[in-house]
Amino acid sequence: MREWADFSTEEAEGRTTVKVEGPLLVSTIGHLDPGLRALDQPVHFIDISNASPIDTVGAWVIYRFATDQNADITGASEQAEILIDAVERSASSADIEPPRLPIVPRVLETTGGKVFEFAGGMLNNLSFMGAILVAMAATIRHPGRLRVRALVRQMELVGVTSLPIIGLMSFLIGIVIAQQGAVQLQQFGAETLTVNLVGRITLRELGVLMTAIMVAGRSGSAFAAQIGTMKLTEEIDAMRTIGVSPVEALVLPRIFASILMMPLLGFYSACIGIIGGAVIGDVMLGIPFLTFLARIQEVVPLHDLYVGLAKAPVFGLIIAISGCYQGMQVKGNAEEVGLRTTKAVVEAIFMVIVLDAFFAVFFTEIGWG
Amino acid sequence: MSASDLHFDGEFPIVIEGLTNAFGDFVVHDEIDLKVRRGEILGVVGGSGTGKSVLMRSIIGLQIPRCGSIEVFGQDIVAAEPDEVIGVRNRWGVLFQGGALFSTLTVGENVQVPLKQFYPELEPVLLDEIARYKTVMTGLPAEAASKYPSELSGGMKKRAGLARALALDPELLFLDEPTAGLDPIGAANFDELTRELTDTLGLTVFLITHDLDTLYAICDRVAVLADKKVIGVGTIPELLQSDHPWIQEYFNGPRARAAVASRDRGNRAKGMDKHSDREA
Repeated sequence: MREWADFSTEEAEGRTTVKVEGPLLVSTIGHLDPGLRALDQPVHFIDISNASPIDTVGAWVIYRFATDQNADITGASEQAEILIDAVERSASSADIEPPRLPIVPRVLETTGGKVFEFAGGMLNNLSFMGAILVAMAATIRHPGRLRVRALVRQMELVGVTSLPIIGLMSFLIGIVIAQQGAVQLQQFGAETLTVNLVGRITLRELGVLMTAIMVAGRSGSAFAAQIGTMKLTEEIDAMRTIGVSPVEALVLPRIFASILMMPLLGFYSACIGIIGGAVIGDVMLGIPFLTFLARIQEVVPLHDLYVGLAKAPVFGLIIAISGCYQGMQVKGNAEEVGLRTTKAVVEAIFMVIVLDAFFAVFFTEIGWG
Repeated sequence: MSASDLHFDGEFPIVIEGLTNAFGDFVVHDEIDLKVRRGEILGVVGGSGTGKSVLMRSIIGLQIPRCGSIEVFGQDIVAAEPDEVIGVRNRWGVLFQGGALFSTLTVGENVQVPLKQFYPELEPVLLDEIARYKTVMTGLPAEAASKYPSELSGGMKKRAGLARALALDPELLFLDEPTAGLDPIGAANFDELTRELTDTLGLTVFLITHDLDTLYAICDRVAVLADKKVIGVGTIPELLQSDHPWIQEYFNGPRARAAVASRDRGNRAKGMDKHSDREA
């Protein structure tokens, strides 16, 4: 049970004395301070001879009360005097929160800030693209400068290590499409068309799209967080000082790795999706597994595969650029790394879906419908 | 100041006995004993990798030792349940090497974090006032209270970290290399601040340092870590009696002589030698 500091008032000859009792410590002061603040009569003396021990918070409460009331402190022990003196020297009225404008100017300021941020972001984006192009040109001119080890490492991280999760996801998606498709097609007695449905949709759309979303979530976020943290710990600055271009050393390997791995992962995802569909075909529709696979060859036009494979590297490029760009924009604190990482993933997925819609129209128009 | 003003009346707020720390096969501390006296500034020195920080982390419960006992304010830290340690936890303050300020909070809000955690009954208006005076007390300008850590210089971050360490008015203060990375003037100011606060607030300070100036200027006693042991504890003249090669090299090296010279100069300049009884 804690012993709380308390006070009582006494009047003598028209003068009010506040007697404070009990330990004046940060742990016991909680109820005393509101009580003293609520006191609405003038106080002339504050007697703290019965208040002990005391710490700086206790000293502050007494000091503030005495200053507000213009009262005298009596009965202070040596220690209390030292502490009251110390807090008096440290008194200040500065804000502890960053300055905040009233609502109307604040909305205006925030809006203006966002506009400038947007414009600045566009410029930054352009200059980042420029830096990538310059670095690419340099790499093409001097192929020896390509960081093969970093590239292979990133290919492993983006591609190889994501095989299990992408495989599982694609398998399940293949199952869902085949099962749901079969239920609908059975109403027309056209359940054999499930093969067309699964084959075309996975090779043309879903294989690559779902892979892109998974890679954005797995690798795009990792790019942003890694590069962002390196930015915070001044590793990027150290690289620049040594004469190593961060774009060449960090960004290019990630971009190339994503561009190279995305088509492979997309194709792999489509294959596993088809296997998932074939399993459902075998179980639900009575189409033998191998027959299902053989039918795929007959019903899926080759250009569906090309459509899927053509989109994949573009998606990889978008994901890597978005991740690396946001990572490079990190400054300040750890919270920023989180914000930028979120932004990288959200932007990458959004751009991927927008581009996918564009590709869908484009390929249909050129007759690869 | 009188002893009765301190909550802890024993002579040794920290008692370490037979402490062994090891990471895998690598033994950092081999059955070390150390006692910290109430009201003193104990400097802890030792070469890099001798486990100064590990020792501090063991005392504040961040590192579980392999064996041995550590008592803080008479409470065993190693064997205790987490609930039992809470009563001790709010009686110490820790300044980590990098400051370890919460980067999403302003300096003032950083100071309020431990207060809100341990004493939820404190009113916001009092919390704000406490944050303000603690900020100024550690030598920061008053306006720094509303700044974020990323807006502060290295020296200011250390002071802000100290303000947070002092938030609960602890009796025991742990400082991990407080002057590392500060310019000599900033370091000297920080030393002075430490000494001043220790005297005013009646603190006991466990101070890890590499800085010879700090040792000579403000430490009452010095503990030397080497060979997995505490090879000596005492005032600097007492330690100089030891013939351990590391101690001799450390306190008789060129940098040590420079530190002595600078302290003597400083004392002459002040015209009074406040701590001579402590050091000479």
